[in-house]
Amino acid sequence: MTEAAIDIEKETGSAITPELVAEHGLTTDEYDRLLEIIGREPSVTELGIFSVMWSEHCSYKSSRFWLKKLPTTGPQVICGPGENAGVVDLGDGDAAIFKMESHNHPSYIEPYQGAATGVGGIMRDVFTMGARPIANMNALRFGSPDHPKTRHLVSGVVAGIGGYGNCIGVPTVGGETNFDARYNGNILVNAMCVGLAKTDNIFYSAAKGVGLPVVYVGSKTGRDGIHGATMASAEFDDDTDEKRPTVQVGDPFTEKLLVEACLELMATDMIIAIQDMGAAGLTSSSVEMADKGGVGFNLDLDKVPQREANMTAYEMMLSESQERMLMVLRPGTEQAAEEIFRKWDLDFAIVGETTDSGRLIVSHSSEGGVVADLPVAKLADSAPVYERPWVKTTPPETLDPKDVKTPDSLLGALAQMMGSPHLCSRRWIWEQYDHMVMADTVARPGGDAAMVRVHGTNKGLAISCDVTPRYTQADPYEGGKQAVTECWRNLTATGAKPLAITDCLNFGNPERPEIMGQFVGAIEGMAEAISALDFPVVSGNVSLYNETQGEAIPPTPAIGGIGLIDDVAKRANIALTGSGDRLIVIGANKGHLGQSIYLDVIAEDAKGAPPRVNLADEIKAGNMVRSLIHAGKVRAVHDVSDGGLLVAIAEMALAGGTGAHLNVYEGDLPAHAFWFGEDQGRYVLAVPMQNVDSILDQARALALPALKVGRTGGDKLSIEESGGIALSELREAHEGWLPNYMEIS
Amino acid sequence: MKTSVIVFPGSNCDRDVAVSLEQSLGTAPDMVWHGMTDMPSSDLIVLPGGFSYGDYLRCGAMAAHSPIMRDVVKMARDGVPVLGICNGFQILTETGLLPGVLIRNNSLHFICRDVSLRVERNDTLFANRYEMREVIKVPIAHHDGNYFADDDTLARVEGEGRVAFRYCGAEGQIDDQSNPNGSLNNIAGVYNDTGRILGLMPHPERLSDPALGGIDGKGMFESLLQTVH
Amino acid sequence: MKARIKVTLKTGVLDPQGKAIKNALGALGFEGVEDVRQGKFIEVELDQSDPEAAKTEVDRMCRDLLANMVIEDYDFEIEAA
Repeated sequence: MTEAAIDIEKETGSAITPELVAEHGLTTDEYDRLLEIIGREPSVTELGIFSVMWSEHCSYKSSRFWLKKLPTTGPQVICGPGENAGVVDLGDGDAAIFKMESHNHPSYIEPYQGAATGVGGIMRDVFTMGARPIANMNALRFGSPDHPKTRHLVSGVVAGIGGYGNCIGVPTVGGETNFDARYNGNILVNAMCVGLAKTDNIFYSAAKGVGLPVVYVGSKTGRDGIHGATMASAEFDDDTDEKRPTVQVGDPFTEKLLVEACLELMATDMIIAIQDMGAAGLTSSSVEMADKGGVGFNLDLDKVPQREANMTAYEMMLSESQERMLMVLRPGTEQAAEEIFRKWDLDFAIVGETTDSGRLIVSHSSEGGVVADLPVAKLADSAPVYERPWVKTTPPETLDPKDVKTPDSLLGALAQMMGSPHLCSRRWIWEQYDHMVMADTVARPGGDAAMVRVHGTNKGLAISCDVTPRYTQADPYEGGKQAVTECWRNLTATGAKPLAITDCLNFGNPERPEIMGQFVGAIEGMAEAISALDFPVVSGNVSLYNETQGEAIPPTPAIGGIGLIDDVAKRANIALTGSGDRLIVIGANKGHLGQSIYLDVIAEDAKGAPPRVNLADEIKAGNMVRSLIHAGKVRAVHDVSDGGLLVAIAEMALAGGTGAHLNVYEGDLPAHAFWFGEDQGRYVLAVPMQNVDSILDQARALALPALKVGRTGGDKLSIEESGGIALSELREAHEGWLPNYMEIS
Repeated sequence: MKTSVIVFPGSNCDRDVAVSLEQSLGTAPDMVWHGMTDMPSSDLIVLPGGFSYGDYLRCGAMAAHSPIMRDVVKMARDGVPVLGICNGFQILTETGLLPGVLIRNNSLHFICRDVSLRVERNDTLFANRYEMREVIKVPIAHHDGNYFADDDTLARVEGEGRVAFRYCGAEGQIDDQSNPNGSLNNIAGVYNDTGRILGLMPHPERLSDPALGGIDGKGMFESLLQTVH
Repeated sequence: MKARIKVTLKTGVLDPQGKAIKNALGALGFEGVEDVRQGKFIEVELDQSDPEAAKTEVDRMCRDLLANMVIEDYDFEIEAA
């Protein structure tokens, strides 16, 4: 496709055929709009520039209308969506800068490089704004373990994430992983990065001022990923394998140098604006910087550092070579800035200047001078916005727990669930990530949320990634609401106060009304939770067209949240320690088994409505738990999520190597619904004896259900008179599945 | 006491070890850029962990030829103590200051986890705060930490008592199960013939602070305080 | 001219990657694979017209950097441009 385009341009100067327009992913209407904007036929380079700017990936044309419904403000927000990443105030002049982004399609095609460059890209979004990256997370969805490609994809993606993050020296502190046949043809790799900056030293992308030098730094440009941005917005078909050459290759070593060089430069006052070259590389970075600054850019492509010979303007403008940044500098600082980049062995080139023309003018001498001359504002703002037709998803009926199969034994079911792909330990994955480098990881992977210390202080930043695709598939509205709430709950369970989220919205083809309906439902559910929990979205990304031959992924709005605790010593973790503590469940136990792990693993079924979140109760429970943690009244805390109460307690027992003795359930629900139901808004607390009464009183005063379910101690998990299961046996089931699965070659 | 931490392009534990050194020794180290040719006077030189030169070609191979290394090698030969952690260990083997080589983990995976180490010597400037045969908990985080040496070299290293630490079980037992990466004889760290140069794969700087889950690594920095001046 | 350099592990040095490749080949049904050793292939473009001088220089490159003589051997050929 690319080759053909170049040939046409070379031979005939310009010949825009309908086929060429279609190959660039533009509809006839969109092309007419382009013609109207520029008033003439575009050159092929200009067509390429429009096609990437108007791709779904860059323009959010299907989602923008709905994204506006998400709350994005709050006193804690310094910068919401629209910049490279969101910025949140941490007090004391500290700011967290963070974002999550998808790299789904590239990771499916070439898992190692796709995942690695996804990590690299999200880190650039963060340090572009002046933050040192301090933690990475990732949310991964793979197909069924039985699918022939799954093992290869897991292996490559995990190695790629580790290969990049480990080399840079930023800890990968956790994440989440699901296996589900509905991701067989479209895996999801969502990478999140959190950075730390000073509130008075944050960098933005608006290139304000005329006659300023436009500077290119980082790696050289090659023909990598040309049409990556348009590929990321196209559905897969049988030709997917042929798209392989467009995948970029990451160079984490260069990125490490780039981080250090940029941060060194940012400690001076030489930068006016800076933007990383991500999807659509030089095109989108220059258009966005110029547009936000209200200026024009003249770019001289002869000056662009090039890795390959005879590159055309089309290729340079669309290249997605990694580890590159575009900056606008204060005049007269060029030499000092260049010295910093030379010290770090990085390319530095002045490739243009800002103008008052409002136009992006690109010249390349080997192609006869000016190859593109386009109005910046129109390129940035005149992308079509579609209000695509949608139909609301009809949620299934609520499942009566009495209609769900009873297990042979509760603890046998527990072991089976804990050893299933859904709930088994992810240790095999996170041990391949350096999660301790930077020596500030106070809560390592495997708990509710990870926590890193704000370097040089006692403050802690809790980080969690969440969504339950089973729920969003059945009911996008409730599922969207639940995803935001679960993230809030996971942060709360460490004692942190949730501050803000980033989102990565992964869906199928928005041109299908039922998929668009899932999107709308999820956004509305998220918006309700965000607004109630004061948990605004400050950054994010949308990935559509995740489907293969008409089979869409479950709607997967991944939520990445951060929270703050003023002293890491006060934080709670999930590990049971010592004996004689009482286990108390906060929140109502209603035995909700619809869309539960129990239903899937034990009853081998997937039906019913997902559990509903009651936001008012959620806030009450969360605030109470957080205050108990701060007051030092509890020894361990874990939120109740996938698998329900018994799974939560088992995870606590395994984490601390301390067993628990549980009371027989004597209420009205079937026992398996009580122990495995996935009702929301619940926490398990391990409470020293002397604090039990006051906690129960406090809950009563708040009209919050609180139930004593057992006590800690021993080396097994037992429910009275049932004999019990040794922790060693449970651990073997829990730790065994993933390594056993992965090590079979 | 004057310490220097060498910063290579791609070093990423330089700050971590500087924090630990400052906490234990009371003074911040000099951070010395690899491209310099003259070392400041130092009572201790630390080669930190990371991925110098991206670990491209071979871990530590290119850093071993960095301009500053000429001076580092000279000072090491003159008896200035040198501590190489993880990538620093790899660099020390590449310079020939320490015997053997670190190859790919036998699992082929990068591994990041706490491991148990048995202290094999406590009569050195790096380990005098530990008990002989004490079992300590220190994390590893590497892809190429599998210690290898030819038979003669290994026999010499063992014969001269130059093994510093071995990967072990909770009770100090040395077995395959407690060997995370396939290292010969479970070797996690070795000394040179004078005991003044130590290379080890585990990261003592990562468990030198109670907030991070342990302080077993701190003994190494405190040992230095006692003996180096 | 161009130097084509092969760096291989010395006999007797454990090669975990080679072992893994051998197992994978076995799993794919390739029978009779007795051993696999993996190494590196490096091409170096030289601004040098004298083949003998090029040989001397490449030999030094290999000893100083490209191969670790503790575990690796090397071999190379020089090709005129």
